[in-house]
Amino acid sequence: VTPNKQPGTDGLLAHTLREEAGVLVARLARQFHDFDLAEEAVQGAVVEALETWRRSGSPDNPGAWLQTAARHNALDLVRRRTRQDALVHRAPAVTPYDAGSATDDRLGLLFACCHPALAQDARLALTLRAVVGMTTPQIARAFLVNERTLAQRIVRAKRKIVTAGIALTVPADEVLAERLCDVLAVIALMYNEGFVSSAGPTQDRDLAGDAVWLAGVVATSLPREAEAWGLVALLTFQHARAAARFSAAGDLVLLPEQDRSRWDHVAIAAGEQMLVRAAELHAPGPFQLRAAIAACHATSPSWAGTDWLQIVTLFDLLARHDPSPVVRLNRAVALSRLGPDHVAEALADVDALADRLEGYHLFHATRAELLSVLGHHDEAADANDRALALTTNVAERRLLTTRLHRRPLEDGS
Amino acid sequence: MFTSRPDLDEAVDPDRAKDVYKRVYDWFVENGQKGLIADGGAELHPITTATSVKHGDDGPVVVDGPFNEAKEVVGGFSVIEVADMDAAVALTKTWPPLELPGVAVEIRPMVEDYSQFE
Repeated sequence: VTPNKQPGTDGLLAHTLREEAGVLVARLARQFHDFDLAEEAVQGAVVEALETWRRSGSPDNPGAWLQTAARHNALDLVRRRTRQDALVHRAPAVTPYDAGSATDDRLGLLFACCHPALAQDARLALTLRAVVGMTTPQIARAFLVNERTLAQRIVRAKRKIVTAGIALTVPADEVLAERLCDVLAVIALMYNEGFVSSAGPTQDRDLAGDAVWLAGVVATSLPREAEAWGLVALLTFQHARAAARFSAAGDLVLLPEQDRSRWDHVAIAAGEQMLVRAAELHAPGPFQLRAAIAACHATSPSWAGTDWLQIVTLFDLLARHDPSPVVRLNRAVALSRLGPDHVAEALADVDALADRLEGYHLFHATRAELLSVLGHHDEAADANDRALALTTNVAERRLLTTRLHRRPLEDGS
Repeated sequence: MFTSRPDLDEAVDPDRAKDVYKRVYDWFVENGQKGLIADGGAELHPITTATSVKHGDDGPVVVDGPFNEAKEVVGGFSVIEVADMDAAVALTKTWPPLELPGVAVEIRPMVEDYSQFE
């Protein structure tokens, strides 16, 4: 897993916080028998840390600092909640700073935050706050949502965890695979949100980098889970290409034009290792197949040298796990690259998805590209206009405005 | 809380309905022995027998019929005693009528802390 490359103190702070916060929440929740209180206490400590450390630098042992602050907050909260007086006596008086078994604590917390009984939109927000150590304002900025709405969503989800008895533990073997799917989906969403918004103004947290890190935590904690390795491999490949996605002027640079020397080749090699580990477990799944597709791109010396046949084959396998129209759209794009003979067939495949992808800008962008290759320039221009009308992201809009969207693969930009 | 859709219930083949009902009985016996059923709760008569008492500006009003126009109706409830949400979901997934269309089970935590009244 590549380290987060964010420069400056805030980047370092973010690193320390994400290493420590989730583990602390899990431990305090156990000590105080109250997840809501623990999460609140750690969030308070994170906010204090951001203020204090920014001013005077990080302490020698940031974990211990955070634990002391969080514990102090927790006891404060307990005192304020008079009906929970008894808890003060139940809480152990002194807890030595404990560096062991952190991954188990964090993992159990992560499974709780991604529980299917929680509202879908609350899972990611709660994960970012409780597990990754982001503050509510940071999350609100990353998702361009109202801070109060977000805070309410988080409060509701936390209460549900407490009242509905969602355990802060790694699930039993019988349900582990199913529950892991939900966890991986949240991390993938987290990466995508970070990936898309990286076009926006500078953030104080690198959401995409945090997602790569969290996927790595899950895979190393559950080393027998092939899909966990698949996800961390996929995100590692995508993140390795991130630096080349934008020009100096801030314009989106698509895969064909990207300067491949700017890709992180150390990370790409690491991603390949992860994919090997996944393959050794003989349990193929959608994240592994997506990672394999990303690997084809990441290891290809040039755009022209891309192994499109391999990619089409991988998309066929992926469609068995995920028969969604977007997968079929991406398969058609890969098919069109096999050669001029395949473009008409690819366009027919794309057109067959019309009723399901009518509102998806990349459907129209793909049509525009294929129509243009076939020489139907008027129709291509119409399709490009449709794509433009459906795009909200600033960088993508700029690209569509200046020319046809030439490479709309999901992993292609 | 066990819910279903009366319109879909009526369409179920009577022999199949009988078979499912028999397995519901077995389900209570089996899970009761495991100590997972704290209170068998109650099975309710159809909504055609329902009477509601609603808020009215001049005091409560008695009306014929169920609370609302929803297609799903609550058919009964049971109180279960399990360690956590995953255990509740695991038990609920074995509820035999779930193989019939329109059937759903709602899991609700019970209020257990009445310390505010003490």
